Amino acid sequence: MPFAGTISLMQKSRRSITDLILHIHPPTVPAETLRFTLSWGLGGMAVMLVALLFLTGLLLVLVYQPTTADAYSSILILTREVPFGLWVRNIHHWSANLLVVVAVLHLLRVVLTGAFGPGRRLNWVIGLVLLFLLLSSNFTGYLLPWDQLAYWAVTICTSMLGYIPLLGPWLLELFRGGAEIGPATLANFFVLHVALIPGTLFILLLWHFWLVRRAGGLVQVGPKSAQTDRVPTVPNLVMREAAVGLVLVAFVLVLAIAWDAPLLEQANPGMSANPAKAPWYFLGFQELLIHLHPVFAIFVWPLLGAFALICVPFWRESSLPPGIWFGSERGRKLAIWTVVAGSVATLAVILLDNVLLHAETATIADTIMTRGLAPTILVALLLAGLYVLLVRKLEYTRAEAVMAGLLLLLAVLTVCTVIGVWFRGAEMHLVWPWTETGTSG
Amino acid sequence: MMQENPAKTTTMAPNRRQFLNRLWALFGLAAVAEFGWLGISFLSSRKERNKPVKTESIVTAGPVELFTPATVTAIPQGQLYLACLADGSFLALSRTCTHLGCSVPWDEEKNQFVCPCHGSTFSLDGEVLTAPAPRPLDYYPVRIENGIVKVDTSSPQRRERFEPDQATKL
Repeated sequence: MPFAGTISLMQKSRRSITDLILHIHPPTVPAETLRFTLSWGLGGMAVMLVALLFLTGLLLVLVYQPTTADAYSSILILTREVPFGLWVRNIHHWSANLLVVVAVLHLLRVVLTGAFGPGRRLNWVIGLVLLFLLLSSNFTGYLLPWDQLAYWAVTICTSMLGYIPLLGPWLLELFRGGAEIGPATLANFFVLHVALIPGTLFILLLWHFWLVRRAGGLVQVGPKSAQTDRVPTVPNLVMREAAVGLVLVAFVLVLAIAWDAPLLEQANPGMSANPAKAPWYFLGFQELLIHLHPVFAIFVWPLLGAFALICVPFWRESSLPPGIWFGSERGRKLAIWTVVAGSVATLAVILLDNVLLHAETATIADTIMTRGLAPTILVALLLAGLYVLLVRKLEYTRAEAVMAGLLLLLAVLTVCTVIGVWFRGAEMHLVWPWTETGTSG
Repeated sequence: MMQENPAKTTTMAPNRRQFLNRLWALFGLAAVAEFGWLGISFLSSRKERNKPVKTESIVTAGPVELFTPATVTAIPQGQLYLACLADGSFLALSRTCTHLGCSVPWDEEKNQFVCPCHGSTFSLDGEVLTAPAPRPLDYYPVRIENGIVKVDTSSPQRRERFEPDQATKL
């Protein structure tokens, strides 16, 4: 009797765990969507990294002191005296940075497998908000150690707010908690990092998952009625997710043993680090700042970009045929050509403008035209021209043209980021990374 | 429970229900406005409290003889640079880049200020040599009393270009 009782108890608890999982996943999933190369498990990886960030964040917040006087020394105590403190900080750091990469690749996967069509439009928008939130989370976390990197990143970032038309000065003071950077600024960013952003992120993540389920799980080839083979979620899908997730955790743990998260000297308001660089995922924007008028680099272009991204799924037939990478063989070739041509063109423009910047004699008042309106109109005309060329002359579908546009955006951002990370030295001059002799990095 | 007698509710109470729904909406909006007001006052009080207190706004840079024409000297206690222009007049420059607020070091060899953040450069008198900086470095009023250069750092002055009257002659 007692023996039989324990078995039924175990069965019951297993059953309840299965039921819990089935709140997120449907009871059965199409066998076809299980193949790894459809999604590369990127969404699951992102979830795993968020989980790691929550757990390590819980530990870190116990040691960290959110005041300008103690923040830096509390990080030193964390890394030198707290057992495994250094490791925990490194895990947090690497998870956060990998999360940016994984989330962007996840977005790319959604674009290339046609997963933002009807039924998934709202989820695309939520996904974009999640991307914004995790970038903000990353950035606010970057500021907390209050070292040289942090201090000048806050300075630059909050000054950027000042260029926003009308609301700029008000926003600047709101985020700084006053006219100058000080204790109130750090308190602001601390609250954003440990409360506001994670709370919002958590709610939106659940919504994101639920909408995937409501759309019938992952995208698949052909109409919904043609789906045949369905297999139980537990264990088929859950085991696969666990395999990907655990391998990723192991990878992060090893990464965190091998490389330490950076920590510069304590913040020094009197001297900027040279070169003062933003975190790597913002270096693409920093490149824009070098070339464009601040109002355009900070406000107009990001706003236009965000607006375009949000609108993409609401344009009719802008999504590729679901479940097939690049839509077709022709689409795949187009994608490769777009990325190659886009990268080369970006590199050429940056090099050309580098010469112009140093030869320029125009008065500063003109830059709102020469480095603002003119390039904006030029880029808009170029994009419209490319669209007409692809759709009218070369007879690509609208979805393929949209895919090419999004890939072009990503290629430009990637090239700018690569240049910002490795090819900009002291005073943000272009340099070869192997001839760089400077001490800062 | 309301469903049990749908005929009654639809015939008897549409006006009352409509009225109550609107009242609820009004209360809801009032609550949102109150919380909004609360949040804004809370946050703006911080802005007021954190206004920088300028205890000493006059910074003594030193005797006139100390500075040779066409040189720039950092005055650390005022967080500024004192530029002695070619004609021997004095111009006090803020060290904050007008682009995004980085602190700008003076490069003796190149004879210009170079911003480490986005590569803006400024000439000896603070004018922009290379974009992206949108305007020249801010300046502070300078006074020369008994051969001693003094700078009033209470408020940095914005400007669109360098004019000779921004500098102080001996």
